[in-house]
Amino acid sequence: MRSLWTALVDAQGVPAASLIGRDRTVPIGDLTTHSFLPVDIAQMTDRSVLFYTSDHLLTAATAMQLDGIARRITLATADLTSEQLLSVVKTAEAQLVIFDTQLLSELPVATIKLLEKLAPQVNLPTTQKNIDTEWVLLTSGTSGLPKLVSHSVESLAGGLPARRDHTEVVIWSTFYDVRRYGGLQILLRALISQTPLVLTSPHEPTHSFLSRVSTHQVTHISGTPSHWRGVLMTGQARVISPHYIRLSGEIADQSILDHLKATFPKAAISHAFASTEAGVGFEVTDGLAGFPMEYVNDPHRPVELRVVDGTLRIKSQRNARHYLGQDTEAIIGADSFVDTGDLVELLDGRYHFRGRKTGVINIGGLKVHPEEVEALLNKDPRVHLSLVYSRKSPIVGALVAADVVLKDSSQYSPTDELAIKDELLARCRDTLAPHKVPAVMRFVPQLAVNPTGKLVRPHA
Amino acid sequence: MSIRDTIETTFHQVAKDQGRTLVALNDSLPLTQSGLDSLSFAIIVTTLEDSLGLDPFSAAEWVEFPVTFGDFVKLYESANK
Repeated sequence: MRSLWTALVDAQGVPAASLIGRDRTVPIGDLTTHSFLPVDIAQMTDRSVLFYTSDHLLTAATAMQLDGIARRITLATADLTSEQLLSVVKTAEAQLVIFDTQLLSELPVATIKLLEKLAPQVNLPTTQKNIDTEWVLLTSGTSGLPKLVSHSVESLAGGLPARRDHTEVVIWSTFYDVRRYGGLQILLRALISQTPLVLTSPHEPTHSFLSRVSTHQVTHISGTPSHWRGVLMTGQARVISPHYIRLSGEIADQSILDHLKATFPKAAISHAFASTEAGVGFEVTDGLAGFPMEYVNDPHRPVELRVVDGTLRIKSQRNARHYLGQDTEAIIGADSFVDTGDLVELLDGRYHFRGRKTGVINIGGLKVHPEEVEALLNKDPRVHLSLVYSRKSPIVGALVAADVVLKDSSQYSPTDELAIKDELLARCRDTLAPHKVPAVMRFVPQLAVNPTGKLVRPHA
Repeated sequence: MSIRDTIETTFHQVAKDQGRTLVALNDSLPLTQSGLDSLSFAIIVTTLEDSLGLDPFSAAEWVEFPVTFGDFVKLYESANK
């Protein structure tokens, strides 16, 4: 596999290939001579570099340049707390943190602030080295600290279609953040196929982004089912007219597929299964929720699927390699398959998703481990035990729900309980990301515990 | 309390909980300009499912996604018939 650097060089002859943000457009070919880095890019040679940035375009443009130069590129998201960032810096053995807006606290490593405009780089074309750069993406962990998932350019981009013929006009866009697996897939796809890519900006309202997607005549666009429900709720969905719509990151139910088909009758609509650890599993194009049973147990498919103990397992060249850090579990099992943890059920020749085995809650593509929220609730001296679980939401797929058992609950009046609930939720809001705060909380007299003493978790 | 009153109260409560500034509600207000994000809407819909026993978004019948606050109220009022 060639480094992404060669893709940048190839794009020099394709003026349309560009990253299009809200505030600026960067021709991909320009990244062979210019950079947002304020220093000589050769300084990044063989180093572990961590991005802690908010702007998607600056991140995308700079990270692609460092492939084949840096030893490791870790893409952190700007929503990390100081404690989480420190943990990621340590686990990634980062030697340099690249940021764009501000750093919340002092870091024990060198930092570089990106420029707002491209500046010429003198050494760029000669600094290319044949390092197999490790790409590290973040995913949420049970303890509240992110887990670091190790990929290579091969595993991230290996299955993506190479340069197309340029007779068909393709303009990509995505609702995803390019630092997350789904967004990075689209970024690499656009880079390798030399097509323009329209990127979102942080905190950009959906209707504003849609109007940019419309202006740039985007033909191919991806997002989670929750992103697409948000599009339908703007009432302005029809300002865009994509030929191809891709959903991933969450279970696509029949309702969202039908709504999109009715709104965009000419578009090909597909839903894909992908996760940061397992990579891209499959794509479904028949407009129906779930996936055909023929996809499973076919050793001739480039991505092999199995269902073992009710969960979907995936074996492919696109699996991540491992988690970084000590005391981490293996991503790839002894049978060479990655257990996605997603429960599936066979009904009339089709597998349907039935939630998560471990109770992980997927809120619009963002994962929440119940244990993290439970640990916070259980810290309160009045709380005996709590159970955090997924509650189905027609808007964002799922929400966090919490059942709480109070110590000596008989001593509390209903008014007391309301006050305790307010206090518990206020503490969650102070400590947790907004999607992790329980949307529904109730007090219950007891919780079911299994014979080994563990809480019985309902399957989401 | 009428369905409309319950919905308005829920909008205000969720906006407060989520630290969002809700603009004055009226029937022609586009939901995207109400000051709430998609997580807030998801919480509102789930809260209303518990308080009103209605979940028009998950109903089997075809549901048009509401665009204005008035559409939203109408969706719940017609689900109650």
